[in-house]
Amino acid sequence: MTEKEVLLDVKGLKMHFPVGGGLLSGKKGHIYAVDGVEFEIKKGETLGLVGESGCGKSTTARAVAQLYKPTGGEVILKGKDLTKLKADDLIAARKNMQMVFQDPYASLNPRMTSGDIIAEPMRIYQKRRILDMTKKEMDERVEQLMERVGLSRFFRNRYPHEFSGGQRQRIGIARALALKPELVLCDEPVSALDVSIQAQILNLFKDLQDEFGLTYLFIAHDLAVIEYISTRVAVMYLGIIAEISGSADLYKKPLHPYTEALLSAAPIPDPAIEKARKRIILTGDVPSPDRQRPGCNFYDRCWKRMDKCLKNRPKLKEAEPGHQVACFLYHDPD
Amino acid sequence: MTDEVILRVKDLKTYFHVDEGIVKAVDGVNFDLRKGETLGIVGESGSGKSVTNLSIINMIPSPPGRIAGGEVLFDGADLLKMPLNDLRKIRGNRISMIFQDPMTSLNPFLRISTQMIETFVLHQGLSKKEAKEKAIEMLKLAGIPGPEKRIDQYPHQFSGGMRQRVMIAMSLSCNPEILIADEPTSALDVTIQAQILDLIKDLTARLGTAVILITHSLGVVAGMCDTLCVMYAGRIVERAATADIFAEPKHPYTQGLIKSVPRMDKRSSDRLFSIRGQPPNVINLPDCCPFYPRCDKAKDICKRKYPTTTEFGQGRAVACWLYTEAK
Repeated sequence: MTEKEVLLDVKGLKMHFPVGGGLLSGKKGHIYAVDGVEFEIKKGETLGLVGESGCGKSTTARAVAQLYKPTGGEVILKGKDLTKLKADDLIAARKNMQMVFQDPYASLNPRMTSGDIIAEPMRIYQKRRILDMTKKEMDERVEQLMERVGLSRFFRNRYPHEFSGGQRQRIGIARALALKPELVLCDEPVSALDVSIQAQILNLFKDLQDEFGLTYLFIAHDLAVIEYISTRVAVMYLGIIAEISGSADLYKKPLHPYTEALLSAAPIPDPAIEKARKRIILTGDVPSPDRQRPGCNFYDRCWKRMDKCLKNRPKLKEAEPGHQVACFLYHDPD
Repeated sequence: MTDEVILRVKDLKTYFHVDEGIVKAVDGVNFDLRKGETLGIVGESGSGKSVTNLSIINMIPSPPGRIAGGEVLFDGADLLKMPLNDLRKIRGNRISMIFQDPMTSLNPFLRISTQMIETFVLHQGLSKKEAKEKAIEMLKLAGIPGPEKRIDQYPHQFSGGMRQRVMIAMSLSCNPEILIADEPTSALDVTIQAQILDLIKDLTARLGTAVILITHSLGVVAGMCDTLCVMYAGRIVERAATADIFAEPKHPYTQGLIKSVPRMDKRSSDRLFSIRGQPPNVINLPDCCPFYPRCDKAKDICKRKYPTTTEFGQGRAVACWLYTEAK
């Protein structure tokens, strides 16, 4: 894995959203949704991004895709820093990076047929003369994609409401693949699906990866799903990455107290194991990211907290080979 | 858990009349709930889990819904035939409910105190002052810090997990015999889910409340439930003790369901097992086994007739033609 080319390198990514500042309140603040996220994804691997709601998973994906203009940091895709590209160059570079969204109901235009939805990325790039395809080639590609994701080509004239949730997600996946990207950003693509359909879609993601050598950034809040799909896993908490490591390693030996708590909280579908398990139950809720903390973001809920955690912010550092963690249990403040 | 049955659901049928035909959302559901038992109902969306439980307390919106048949026996009386006034004395008092979305099940315009006091005044005849004291006590029991202050706040001032705690405090405030929890943690994060499940387990054990837990998560039922009912297309296809179902699922749907959940304790690089096809459309469903188009073990008879239920003893029952002949 080490010799493989780094496809995406994210450095110090920050995404702060201004809030308030209305006519009456006059007070201005920021939501520090993503506050210094670093990771790299090698070609052909899947990086799973896991965390609770509001921790900044989706914002990270959107900032990587440049759907939001990041407040700071670099997003380097195949050697090009996307944050510094001009609009035209960005669009050209983005051809290599596509997204699949969570809600298969909201992410498809209800007034377009499934065939048009899948063809749209090609049409847009055709119009900008980045892609050279004839109408016939596009039609063929649409049919080929539909068959590949498990939809009959005869469904191409149907509208999204005629499909079930799982089928809609297949349309979304076909659309993401239309431009033959190398990197696919998947933002909770299976969270809205039933168990039996979720398994079908997860298998589809794996098959497509094997067939086309795709690289995934895969977001989910279900830890078992993340383990199944990922080569490496990054755990996010309140806008930062708390821990990042090989998938098997992380689940066997979590280092960060938050990861430990998260893993112990996730239910396992086996009554015998469930009875014997000891849970670490965290107190309190995920705090709001409305201020930058001088210390560790997890301080309020951590059961292993120390005095130094309140004043110093732990950096993501290698604790074991290939296993990075942002926690003072494993290294001292600088 | 004792052997005393406190709720018996017999051949419950709930139909919805829509333009396209009749949706048999619940079509002949049978189960018993024993005192202090936690019974899980699992199934995918549209399998009739929630409708079953709304039918139990006769809260099906009508029209378009209609309880087409069956009995729900609670304390010797049939809840489905009870006059509304008598039923109101049971709802929220002896049988109470928690819903999935704690935001939509609390009234956003009223303080928590107003909403909680209502229950005590109505069902227990307490004065407002006594009721408020009781309410604060319940909130404390549900693990809400600073309940004296929090009780005068509005729902939007609480986080999702805290709101669910308020709902639990409210639903257990009259010491109900049965608590129906409809996907109580599906809208919550994993760490909050663990807190809430822990709370439900702890409080119901202390108060001796029987629980019907509806969920789509097999992980949740594995840790919470004594008995399990698996629903598919409006019927219970398998019913057994939780440990038995997970150790040896008998119905092909249950087998598929358990196999298709990725597990973090057993890593495999293989493909996940998946049940092929889509869940059925329950409009005008023919009288066959609704699972046969997705079933690997389907036989000829599965296409023609709904399977009879085979009892295996110890409360274990399966509705599948595979076991009917064997008997």
